[in-house]
Amino acid sequence: MINLEPVTRPDAPLARRNPVAKLAAALLCSVILIATLDPVAPAIAIAFELALLPLFGVRLRVLARRAMPLLVSSVGVLGTLVLFAAERSGRILVEAGPFLVTSGVLITALGLVLRMFAVALPGVIVVATTDPTDLADALVQNARLPARFAYGALAAFRMVPLLTQEWQMISMARRARGVDAGRNPLARLRLFGSTAFTLLVGAIRRGTRLAVAMDARGFDTTTPRSMARRQHFGRADGLLIAGATLLAGVALTVSVAVGTFRPLIG
Amino acid sequence: MSAVRLRGFGWRHAGRKRWAVRGLDLRIEHGERVLLLGASGAGKSTLLAALAGLLPEDSGEREGTVEVDGRDPRTAREEVGLLFQDPETQLVMARCGDDVAFGPENRGLPAEQIWPRVDEALRRVGFRYGRDRPTAALSGGEQQRLALAGVLALRPRLLLLDEPTANLDPAGAALIRDAVAAALDADTTLLLVEHRLTEALPLVDRVVVLAPGGGVHADGTPQAVFAAHGEALAAEGVWVPGHPLPPRPATTSAGETLLTADELALPPRLASVSLSVRAGEALAVHGPNGAGKSTLALLLGGLLAPAAGRVTATAELAGGDARTPPHRWRAPALVHRIGSVFQDPEHQFVTAAVADELALGPRRTGRTEAQVRATVDALLDRLRLTALAEANPYTLSGGEARRLSVATALATAPRLLVCDEPTFGQDRRTWRELVELFAELRDNGHGLVTVTHDPEFIATLADRQVRLDHPRSVP
Repeated sequence: MINLEPVTRPDAPLARRNPVAKLAAALLCSVILIATLDPVAPAIAIAFELALLPLFGVRLRVLARRAMPLLVSSVGVLGTLVLFAAERSGRILVEAGPFLVTSGVLITALGLVLRMFAVALPGVIVVATTDPTDLADALVQNARLPARFAYGALAAFRMVPLLTQEWQMISMARRARGVDAGRNPLARLRLFGSTAFTLLVGAIRRGTRLAVAMDARGFDTTTPRSMARRQHFGRADGLLIAGATLLAGVALTVSVAVGTFRPLIG
Repeated sequence: MSAVRLRGFGWRHAGRKRWAVRGLDLRIEHGERVLLLGASGAGKSTLLAALAGLLPEDSGEREGTVEVDGRDPRTAREEVGLLFQDPETQLVMARCGDDVAFGPENRGLPAEQIWPRVDEALRRVGFRYGRDRPTAALSGGEQQRLALAGVLALRPRLLLLDEPTANLDPAGAALIRDAVAAALDADTTLLLVEHRLTEALPLVDRVVVLAPGGGVHADGTPQAVFAAHGEALAAEGVWVPGHPLPPRPATTSAGETLLTADELALPPRLASVSLSVRAGEALAVHGPNGAGKSTLALLLGGLLAPAAGRVTATAELAGGDARTPPHRWRAPALVHRIGSVFQDPEHQFVTAAVADELALGPRRTGRTEAQVRATVDALLDRLRLTALAEANPYTLSGGEARRLSVATALATAPRLLVCDEPTFGQDRRTWRELVELFAELRDNGHGLVTVTHDPEFIATLADRQVRLDHPRSVP
């Protein structure tokens, strides 16, 4: 199951920043780093990000566990590219039968993996240090997102863990009705489809009930909503965004200076 | 000005042929405590939704008028609070305090007034935890108590409770009953829909019974209504106090053993338990929430693999397959030996029509089309579902869905039937039919295991009981 609970020390100076500021900083950082294809800029950015980790109150081991899907997919990307990329320039490093690994291929593949990390890591850090309720509050109060959307999504989000249990229940209930797939892959696919459909029907019904219950408590009124929990956007939050922009800018500048910069477009 | 005034009120949901409620004239004064009764499908929930202003003009057709405090309920929303059955789909936020604050925020209450109100609402329902307690860490009864606090924080003058204890075990239901009793002000008007009269009566001073065809069937003090209409109400399905049901003990002694469980366990859900089930015997498994009763039902039903111990079918039940444990049997082989009825009937529905639902099992076990048709017709008739044969199972009422889910398990004629809370939230009529059906099955030599919280069910039907709380073994 996807775990999205925050795993930070709540008093860490950067984890305490406004969720919208953290989100904006992560987005800016990612967008800037997407602009180059070279491995140097992302490597610098990753180094900065990891160095800042203590300020976010996240331990490296915890982060690695959170980023596990990213690690796994990066290994996949690296392997696929090294073996099958069309470009075969540079010095030959390994030649085994049909497989030819050259320095050019290796550098391109490493660059791609580093970019993946540099772009995704800020997001992983934001999720790991942000309480979903705080994020919804800040999105409404500081980013002017409609409350109906933010709290609706938050409430729906809370139901996600229920889906896993529900899936197991439906599968067992199917078996109790004499429906199973045995070893037939086609029957398996059909069973998967019909189980997913039942799950969806149940989720929609539950979502509808939740929506009615929310409206019964005045969620649909036109009265302007008040805020029981305040989210402040202060100077430190502005500085976080500026700092993230600066960090990504420095990484790009260094990459231009050492001559490895390769723009995404052009 | 009355708290509630209905004049010839009727409502038909868009796309439905039948009026959910019709021809209703009713007047409720401020501070009255009213219990609303009526057979399943009499329109009780629709009436509550109308009073809460939750029936938009374009969602159906209206007749007559409905007023709350002399106003259209849609413009009197701040006067009304509504609590639903299912706590899981009422809680919005991740922390208890935030959830109670959700309503006051929607009403635009200034932040400095919200938290005192939250604390007061939590205190009034007797909530034991702090504001920061995660809502996911609460039991069903505690969640429903929190949902009640969320409604009370809006200080409604009219409080509507739609079967607030239907999804709770007896301990959870008691929590809610006490919380409602403690939370009512002298001038709060209460309108309560509830099947469990013994629990509801201490809270109310007036009973209104809706007639199934429309209008009010009876209205007055509980004593007067039950003295005049008790017998008829009980026959219609209302749980009227003082109308006990006759016990149905086994007419023959129990036969051969069908299934045994030896030190069966699935930590952390179920501690080790050993038991055996015999033909012609109704075994009731009871115990508090969290003791693993539903898990035990799934293990006995061959739907879940145990972590320790084993389930063994005898040759009497499984013939040559008795050597393999039930959870390894193919599904078609399983369903004509052990039938399972789940707590939530909707989990088990696979097709788009009631008749297809009943035909599914027999077809899977290789009966001829004529045999299938005969089985389906007999079950439809036996469980009063013939008129609904073409209906979609998901559109059935709670009682109808329960009858269908039991019927689907019986369609393959399993020798052993395992049921999880089959009588949960059922009206008296459906309850009697289920008990009668189970008693017949048992007397015809079937084995029956029922996981249940229902003391009346146990008293009426069970031949033997297993209590599940600590690891223990019955011979």
